[in-house]
This record gives sequence, structure tokens and C-alpha cells, in this order.
Amino acid sequence: MLEVKNAVKVFAAGTPNEFKALNGLNLKLEDGEFVTIIGSNGAGKSTLFNAICGNFWLDKGHIILDGEDISYKSEHKRARRIGRIFQDPMKGTAPHLTIEENLALAYSRSKRGGLAPAITKSERQMFRDALADFDMGLEDRMNTKVGLLSGGQRQVVTLLMATLVPPRLLLLDEHTAALDPATAEKVMEITKRIVERENLTTLMITHNVKSALETGDRTIMLDAGDIIFDIGKEERIGMTVEDLMKKYSNKKHEEFDNDRAIFS
Amino acid sequence: MTILYSSLQLGLLYGIMVLGIYISFRILDIPDLTTEGSFAFGVAVSAVMAKAGHPYLGLLLSIVAGIAAGCFTGLLQTKLKIHPILAGIITMSGLYSINLGVMHNSPNLTLLNTRTIFTDFRNLMPGVDKEIVKIIIIAVIAIAVVVLLSLFFKSHFGLCIRATGDNQDMLSASSVNVNITKIAALGLGNACIALSGGLTAQYQSFADVNSSVGMLVVGLASVIIGEAIFGKRSVTLGFISAIVGSIIYRAIIAVTTRYNIFPSYMFKLVAAVIVIAALAIPVIKESVRKAKIKRGGHKDA
Repeated sequence: MLEVKNAVKVFAAGTPNEFKALNGLNLKLEDGEFVTIIGSNGAGKSTLFNAICGNFWLDKGHIILDGEDISYKSEHKRARRIGRIFQDPMKGTAPHLTIEENLALAYSRSKRGGLAPAITKSERQMFRDALADFDMGLEDRMNTKVGLLSGGQRQVVTLLMATLVPPRLLLLDEHTAALDPATAEKVMEITKRIVERENLTTLMITHNVKSALETGDRTIMLDAGDIIFDIGKEERIGMTVEDLMKKYSNKKHEEFDNDRAIFS
Repeated sequence: MTILYSSLQLGLLYGIMVLGIYISFRILDIPDLTTEGSFAFGVAVSAVMAKAGHPYLGLLLSIVAGIAAGCFTGLLQTKLKIHPILAGIITMSGLYSINLGVMHNSPNLTLLNTRTIFTDFRNLMPGVDKEIVKIIIIAVIAIAVVVLLSLFFKSHFGLCIRATGDNQDMLSASSVNVNITKIAALGLGNACIALSGGLTAQYQSFADVNSSVGMLVVGLASVIIGEAIFGKRSVTLGFISAIVGSIIYRAIIAVTTRYNIFPSYMFKLVAAVIVIAALAIPVIKESVRKAKIKRGGHKDA
């Protein structure tokens, strides 16, 4: 269970460039809930993720994961329970290490290895089986350096790395945006499968409003550092992109011709 | 024959230092200038201890001195967020005073008629040529260091260090404390460098506080020569290629000075030129390739 309470984050405070990235945001996720996040650039989506992961501390407010206040914990300590995937496929993997070595590093979340061998025989087999499940032929390339894989393949490896030890919270930051449509669909399908199988509490940022409404249990929309809509189960069923746009423009008392004006 | 012996001896001796540079430069991806102080730190500690009658303890303390120097640079880089190059320079400058202090404010120290690891083993193997004895001692130590490092980098913590130089963000996302891996890697690298210094002092029976000037570039040249032969593959092969590179570098220096191609004081300039050439080759290749494309384009038009 994740709780973000009254989160405030101001960048360049006290300068003419002052920017309120998070403006008293409150959010609560129940165990196993899958929430999609939409919102224009600068709405505070990635800032919210960075705050949850501990890239920086909030100016005000608290982040509570499973009842524990993690607001002042360091990034790597939070990472033991939080898995995160970025838009950039290069970010989640070490290019000069092999697939197997990358997975072994991610698997270390579950154990403290020290000077023990990095990869044991049984782990090797487990990694293989887990990759084979994705049906992309990666299980036969365990000793290939990750830098030689395509973006989509790297993102699949990253996805497995983030979920190999099921995290208490999974954060997906537009993780299919840099992939071609077919690969994006495949990665999204794998994502849904893992989230469902492990019953992961998940937050997913996307710029694809249609997919935001179709994926998960709930959609929230961020604007100027706060949630302006929180669309739960019943309301979301049957909702179209146009419905959402109408709701948004009514709320903002402004007219937008198309979603491009908002989401570009 | 003397060229062969001396290249092997010096190549293996400084090869241990090159291992340390390989760790910082290739694995951690930081040219670590601590080298320029930690080598002489090892020299000073080992020489002073040998003079006091403890050559083995001296070598052990050289290693400890190197770990301390490297970890200090690591702390500057991580905890105080000082630029990696500057952090190395700061430690290097500070160490100059410390090294002089260790040597009781004398810039050099002679170990003639002093018991060293080399004199001990020569007495142990009376029938064997003393140059061969030296090669055996240094080779055994160098091989032991390579084996230990190779095993270490196959361990879990070793893998974390390798990932540090590759993708730091991913590592902290995998709940590894990147500060710790960086500090440990710099400590380990400088331990090799200072051990090499400590052995060099006892090998030459002479300690010089300026002995580490230019060491980093000499080390880089050796790493590059090694990679030219073995390529960049596994870490274990990387360590072996670092040692072989060091031997070849010393052979080049020995041959060129022996046949008066240039005087011995030139050897650091040679190292500098080798490093520049090696770093320039990819850039030159790229511009040659572009020039070809351009010419081809003109033909088509």
C-alpha cells in the first residue's frame, strides 16, 4: 500500500524560475491496485515518481509504503521494495554486462551476496526460465552483452529485472514510449501479465490516453502538480478519450481542439 | 638477455600497478590520479619498514596505505561530491607531504645492505641466478594478485563494482549503494598500485618520493597496449592483458634505450604518445570513414 500525503516540491525556489512541480498532492493506492497516470509535460508525473523513489526529498509531505514512512530514506534503500522502469531502454540495464549478469544484479535485492559467487547454477536456470516465459528468444542469449540488444529487448530485460523479486511497488515511467508500436504492445502485454500474476501495486505514466483508460483499475490526471481527476472503476468503464477531454476542458474552463494541445 | 630479464622484472613489477589502473580506468571508468601519490606512498612505507627490519610487514602496510589513499579519494568523490579528477589530484597533492613525512623529510632513502624480500629469497635459493630469483618472486606475486582479482570480480560484490562504471542509475535502482562500490573499487585499485610501489622500493633497494610522477600515463599506456593484443573481453582477460601490456611497454622502453633510439629520460613521453595515439585512433578512423562517404556522395551527384 502506498500513500503520498500533501506532497510539495518546488524547484529553483526563490528565483524568478521558481517552479512548483508538486503542489500538495495526495494519493493513496491499495494493495494490488494498478493506477495509470496521465497529464501534460510539467504536470508533475515524473517528479512524483522521483519523489517516491528518493531521487530527492520532498519539501513538504510524506511518502508511506506499507505503513512505513520512507520520506527520508536513501534511494538504494527504497529500491529494495520499489521497482522502476524508465522510458529510455538504455537506463535500466548495464550495457557491458551480459543479460545474465544484469539479472543477477537485480536479483541481489532478495539477498546480500558479498563475496559469494555472483550467479549460482540454480539462479542461472531460474533466469533462463523467467526469460523463456516472454517468448522472445532471449533465453538463448544469456551471455550476450545487453548493449547489443534492441531497445525492446532491453526493455523486456529491464522489466524482468524490476519484477524478478516482486517489488511492493512498481513504477512504470512511459516504459513503452520509445518502442515501435508492435514492440510497445508486446512489452505492455508482458507488463500486464506480470502485474496480474504477482498482484503488484503499480503506477504507470503514459501519454497514450486510450491505453491509460484501458489499462489497470483506475486513472488519475495530473495538472500543475496536483491530481485534477481521479477516475475510479465504474466511471472509467466505457469512457472514451473524448469523454475525458470534455471533462478536462470543462474543469479548466478552456477549450481545446484536440488532445494534441494538452498532451504534446 | 639483460633486456629480456629487465623487461620481465619491471613489466611484472609495474604490471601490478597497471592492474590497479585497469580497475579505476576500465572497470570504474575514472582516470584516477590518486595513483600519482599512492604509488610513492607504497614506496615510502615499504622502504621505511624494510629499513627497520620488517620487509614483509612493509609490503603488507603498503597495501593498507594504498587502500587508505584510494578510499580517501572515494570519500571525496562520493560523500563530498568532488569531481573525480579533482578528488584524485587533491589526494595526490596531500600524499606528497605524507610521503615525505613517512620518509622522515628526506626525498630519498637507500636500502643497500638492508634485508628485503629479494635478498631473503636469494639466500633461500643459492644455486639460482639472482635475476631469475627476482623474476620468480615478482611473477608469483603478480599471478597471485591476478587470480585474487579475477575471483573477486566474479563475486557478487565484484559484479556490483563492474556495474558501477557501466550504469550507476541501474545499480542504485537494484538497491546497491553506489557510494560503497566506488569507494571499495578505488581502495582496491590503489592497494595494487601501492603494493607495486612497495615491491619496487625493495627491488631497487631505493626509495624516491618522486617515483610516482607520470605513473598514471605509464599505466594507461600499458592497459592500451594490452588491449591492442587481447581486445576487450572478459575482466579476467583484461587483468592478464594489463600485465602483458606492462611487460611489452617495458620491453619497448628497454629496446629503444639500449639501441640509443632515444635516451632513457624519454620513457614517460613515449607513454604519453602511446596514450594519445590509442585514444586518437577511433577518432581518426571515424573521420576517414566520413571523408569516404563524402567523396562517394560527390561521385553519385
